[in-house]
Amino acid sequence: MTIKKLLIANRGEIAVRINRAARELGIATVQVYSKADKDSLAVKLADESVEIGPPQASKSYLDQAKILAAAESTGADAIHPGYGFLAENAEFAAAVEVAGLIFVGPTAHAIRLMGDKVAAREAAASAGVPTVPGSEGRLESPEAAFALVEKTGFPVMIKAAAGGGGRGIRIARTVEEFHHLMPQAQAEALAAFGDGGLYVEKLVEGARHIEVQVLGDGKDVIHCFERECSLQRRRQKVWEEAPSPSLTPAVREQLCASAVALAKAVNYRGAGTLEYLYDDRTGAFYFLEMNTRIQVEHPVTEMVTGIDLVREMIRIAGGEPLSIRQDEVRVSGHSIEVRINAEDPAKSFMPNPGTVSALAIPSSDGVRFDSMLYAGYTVPPFYDSLLGKLIVHAEDRASAIRRLEGALAELTIEGLATTKPLHQALARDPDVRAGRFHTAWLEPWLASHAKAAPSVP
Amino acid sequence: MATQQIFSPLPGIFYRKPAPDKPVYKADGDVITEDDTIGLIEVMKSFNEVKAGAAGKILRFLAENEEAVMAGQPIAEIDV
Repeated sequence: MTIKKLLIANRGEIAVRINRAARELGIATVQVYSKADKDSLAVKLADESVEIGPPQASKSYLDQAKILAAAESTGADAIHPGYGFLAENAEFAAAVEVAGLIFVGPTAHAIRLMGDKVAAREAAASAGVPTVPGSEGRLESPEAAFALVEKTGFPVMIKAAAGGGGRGIRIARTVEEFHHLMPQAQAEALAAFGDGGLYVEKLVEGARHIEVQVLGDGKDVIHCFERECSLQRRRQKVWEEAPSPSLTPAVREQLCASAVALAKAVNYRGAGTLEYLYDDRTGAFYFLEMNTRIQVEHPVTEMVTGIDLVREMIRIAGGEPLSIRQDEVRVSGHSIEVRINAEDPAKSFMPNPGTVSALAIPSSDGVRFDSMLYAGYTVPPFYDSLLGKLIVHAEDRASAIRRLEGALAELTIEGLATTKPLHQALARDPDVRAGRFHTAWLEPWLASHAKAAPSVP
Repeated sequence: MATQQIFSPLPGIFYRKPAPDKPVYKADGDVITEDDTIGLIEVMKSFNEVKAGAAGKILRFLAENEEAVMAGQPIAEIDV
């Protein structure tokens, strides 16, 4: 191991997780922190800590110069970016290497390539990985668009090339609708954006979110199977599991092989995740994007495979080859992670920073709580609301859900409202228990439950 | 005429503008009504409007744009 001292350029539960992983590898840690995180658990755990600025992330955790200066002054030889903040910033990854330090993650080139939607889609296509069928670029005429939908089939989404954030999207379910909507969409796009260019993309309704964990050492790539994260609110995952309750063994094999093919095509180094839409009625999957970092929900993969992903990515960054061969990666049992956020589900998920007056963490076989909390800790209002992740593992999915219910009942966080009641309600729900859900399932469920019992989601 | 303060209802980051490239909601000397928005507080990545809560004239802002504020901290002084 060439890394002797690791600087952690992040905060919250992931900074705690990385501190622990480094310690287990015999690596000293430097925790950088904003003024608001002076009393954080990560700072308490680290061997050294350096204040890098005021609470605002733009002036602390996103300030590349301050982070590099902290690495220099402490003699750190590597930087772990965690997730969010600078984790997928290619300029930062390059700057770390220019400074003669190790970036715990992929090359700046791989980050840049996968961060560009069009380039990532092209890389996927050339690696033989299916993407959502649609126009490769803008379509100027209704005739060109029609030629395309004859190939993709219906329903399709018609989007303004110059639009964004869902504006100007129309859905056509039949040829008649398509002919009716296309000129309208074009006229509207021209009026609204001064640009009549359109994109057409197949609409995958009721799709699930499935993602494949990969590990690469720059030469070889292995996968650690999939996670399903279809339960989402406002595109934020709230409940994640491994393995997916909806994949057949044949589809799982194809999906994981496609992820390895794409990661190999970019000589991927470190831990990465390839996200897909999955249509469980047809068995078709479509590559969405690659996240070139460790993900929040990585623990469910660790629980079912026994691989410590954070330790592994640090080892790889230190120059070691993959320590596991593909045929050694096996899935055992089922794992579920639920996100415990400082949000009040009874009040439209209003953020709820405050002081943890009492804390009781469940501890039994197959239960893990990755968190930044301790009793007496004041959760600052300046960052995201994730407090921790309750993770369970059991021999099968039904047992994992029962174990989750028990662990949620034991988990006590007093002093601030959290999303715990949401997860208790989800764990009781017959559709969740049967694994019957997709990415657009949770929001209507929340709306109907809010009506039925305003105080209990 | 009496001087009154407007307090931050939440802890977080105080913004005087609706977006970085937009003008400030209100400037020193502006006349305001009770329902006027005078700024935003970002709490855990969600944005909440701060209402004046009283009609009058803004004497001065006590919190700067992008300043970290505590709940109950005075952010502006008004003449009512």
